[in-house]
Amino acid sequence: MDFIRNFPMLTVILSLFSGSLCFVLKGKTARNYTILYEIFLLFVCGTILWYTVTTGQSFTYSMGEFSAPWGNELRAGILEAMLASFFMVIMAASVLAGYRFVHTDIDESKVNLYYALLNLMTAALMAIIWTNDLFSGYVFLEILTLTSCGILIVREIGRTTLAAVRYMIMNLLGSGLFLLGLVLLYDLTGHLLMVPMQETIAEMARNPRLLMALTISTGILTIGLSIKGGLFPFHFWMPDTYGWATPTSASILSSLVSKAYIFLLIKIFYRGIGIRIFALMPIKNILLVLGILGMVFGSIQAMQAGNINRMVAFSSAAQIGYIFMGIGMGGTAGYTAAIFHIMAHSVTKSMLFLTTPRLAEVSGSSLIFHNLQASALRDRNAGLFFLIGSFSMIGIPLFAGFASKLQFALAAVETGSTIRLLAVMLALALSSLLNAMYFIRTLIRIYSDPQGTVKEGDVRAMHRPGYNIPMMCLAAVNLFLGLFSWAVVDLIERGLRMFG
Amino acid sequence: MIENLFINYEEAAAVILFGIGFTMLLFQKNLIKKLIGMNIMDTGTFLFLASMGYIEGRKAPIIVDGVTSAERYINPVPAGLVLTGIVVSVSVTAIMLSLTVRLYKRYHTLNLDEIYILSKHSMEDR
Repeated sequence: MDFIRNFPMLTVILSLFSGSLCFVLKGKTARNYTILYEIFLLFVCGTILWYTVTTGQSFTYSMGEFSAPWGNELRAGILEAMLASFFMVIMAASVLAGYRFVHTDIDESKVNLYYALLNLMTAALMAIIWTNDLFSGYVFLEILTLTSCGILIVREIGRTTLAAVRYMIMNLLGSGLFLLGLVLLYDLTGHLLMVPMQETIAEMARNPRLLMALTISTGILTIGLSIKGGLFPFHFWMPDTYGWATPTSASILSSLVSKAYIFLLIKIFYRGIGIRIFALMPIKNILLVLGILGMVFGSIQAMQAGNINRMVAFSSAAQIGYIFMGIGMGGTAGYTAAIFHIMAHSVTKSMLFLTTPRLAEVSGSSLIFHNLQASALRDRNAGLFFLIGSFSMIGIPLFAGFASKLQFALAAVETGSTIRLLAVMLALALSSLLNAMYFIRTLIRIYSDPQGTVKEGDVRAMHRPGYNIPMMCLAAVNLFLGLFSWAVVDLIERGLRMFG
Repeated sequence: MIENLFINYEEAAAVILFGIGFTMLLFQKNLIKKLIGMNIMDTGTFLFLASMGYIEGRKAPIIVDGVTSAERYINPVPAGLVLTGIVVSVSVTAIMLSLTVRLYKRYHTLNLDEIYILSKHSMEDR
C-alpha cells in the first residue's frame, strides 16, 4: 500500500494538468471533466484519509528525495486528508449545482477558462493543505489569490471588476505582510520547513529577547493571513466580492478559499511555531478579541444589508470571527472547535450562496429583500435548502451550526479562565441571537405571501437533478456534522495530535 | 538601539521600503500608484532576503577548483526565494494592470473612490 504515499503530490500535479487540459477543451466538456475530476479527487483524498486512519500515522513526501532540513516536503495526516476530502465535496457540489448560472453569467467562449481556473484553484488548495514548507505555502497562496480573482472577474460587469480590484488589494496587502513575516522567521530560525523550524524556535524561546523577535515576526505573518481570511476589521471587501460573483464562485470563495488561508495559519501555529511557544505570545488574545468583535459587528452589518447576498456575505464575516475566536482560545479544544467550525461553516455557506440566486430568479432577478416576498413558495426546493442553511447558521440542534457552537462553549470551559469563559459565552449568545433575528426575518419574508400573489401556475419546484442532488448532498453533510459531531471531533483531535 | 540600525542598514532600508510600499498600496487613490506601491513593498522584502543571504567574502555555491568546504560559499536558498518572489510579483502586477485597464475603459478614471461612486450609480448591475 506504499504507493498511497505518492497521492498528495499526485493531487497537486493532476490538478495542474487538468487546469491546462481545460484550456483546450470545449465549454461543456470542460465542465463535465471538472465535475468528474473532482469526484475522482474526492476518492483519492478519501483513500489518503483511510490510509492515515488505519495506520494511525502521518507520512511525508519529500520531493527529489532530499531529506528534512534541505528538501521540500508534503505531509499528509488525518486532519489534512479529512479537510482535503471535505473541500472536494463542497467544490464538486458547488460546480454541479451552479453550472447553469455559470453558463448564463459568462460568455460561452470563455466557459472552459472558468473551469481551467477552478482546476488551478484545486491545485493551490491541495498544495496549501498538504505543504510542510512555508515558502511553498506562500507561492500557492498567491496562486489561490490569482485564481480566486479570476473566477470573480469572469462575470464581466463593472461591479465584479471593482470588487475584484478591492479584493486583490486587500489580498496583496495580506500577502505582502505574510511574506515579510515568513522572511523574518526564516531569518531568525534558518528554516522554511515547519518541523526543523519548530525545533529551533523551541530553543530560541528560552531567551526573552528572541521570543520578542519571534512574536513580532509571527504577529506580522498572522496579520497578513487574517487580512486574507477576512477577520474583523478587514472584512469589508466581503459583501461586494461574494455578492456580485457568479454563485459557484461565491460559494467556493466564501467556503473554501478563506478557509484555506485560516487552515494554513493554524498549521503554522501548530507545526511551525509550536503550540506551547505560541501560547506564550500575546497574539492569541488579540485574535480572541477581534474574533468576538467580528462575530458581533458582522451580524449587525448583516442586519443592515439591503439584499440577501450581502446579508449572507456579512454573516460570513461573523462566522470567520467564530473561527478566530476558537484559535484565540488556544488549547486543543479551541483548535478543534475552530476546525470543526471551518467545516460546519463551509457546508452551510456554500448551500446558502447556491440557493439565493434561485430565489432571486423567481422574483424577477432581484436580490433585494422587498422583491423576494414569497419566493420560497414559488421555488419550494430552493426555499427548503435555504431553510436548512439558515437553521444551521442560527444553531438549531440537529444541524452543523449547533454542534460547532457546542464545541466552542466546551472549549471555553476548558480554557480555565473566567474572563475568557464569560466573554466567549456572551459572544456566543449575542451572536446567535443576532443570527436568529436576521435569518428568521428573511425566512418569514420568503415564506409569507400576504397579498396572495402566488398562483398555482407560479409554483416551480426545480426538477433538475443536477441542482437537487448536490444540494441534498450538502444538506446530508450538514446533518451528518450535526448528528455525528462526536465522530468528526474525534478525528480532528486525532489529527491535531498527529500535528504536534 | 540606534547603532544597530546603522550596522544593519540594509535591513533597515528594506523595512522602510516595505512600509512606504504598504502605505501606498493602502492609501493611494490612484490605481497605478497603488500598483507601484505594491512593487516597492515586494522589492523591500526581496532586498531584505538578498542582504540576509549574502555573506561578505564568500562566493556563489558553484564548485570550481575542487573547493567543497561549505565555509567558502553562501547559502543559495535566499536567492532562490527572491527569484520565486519576483515571478509571483510580476504575475500579480500583470493581472492587476489588466484589471486597471478594464476599469479605466468602463469608467474613464483611475481614482478608486470615483469608480466606486460611479459603479453605485450605474443601473446596469441590478
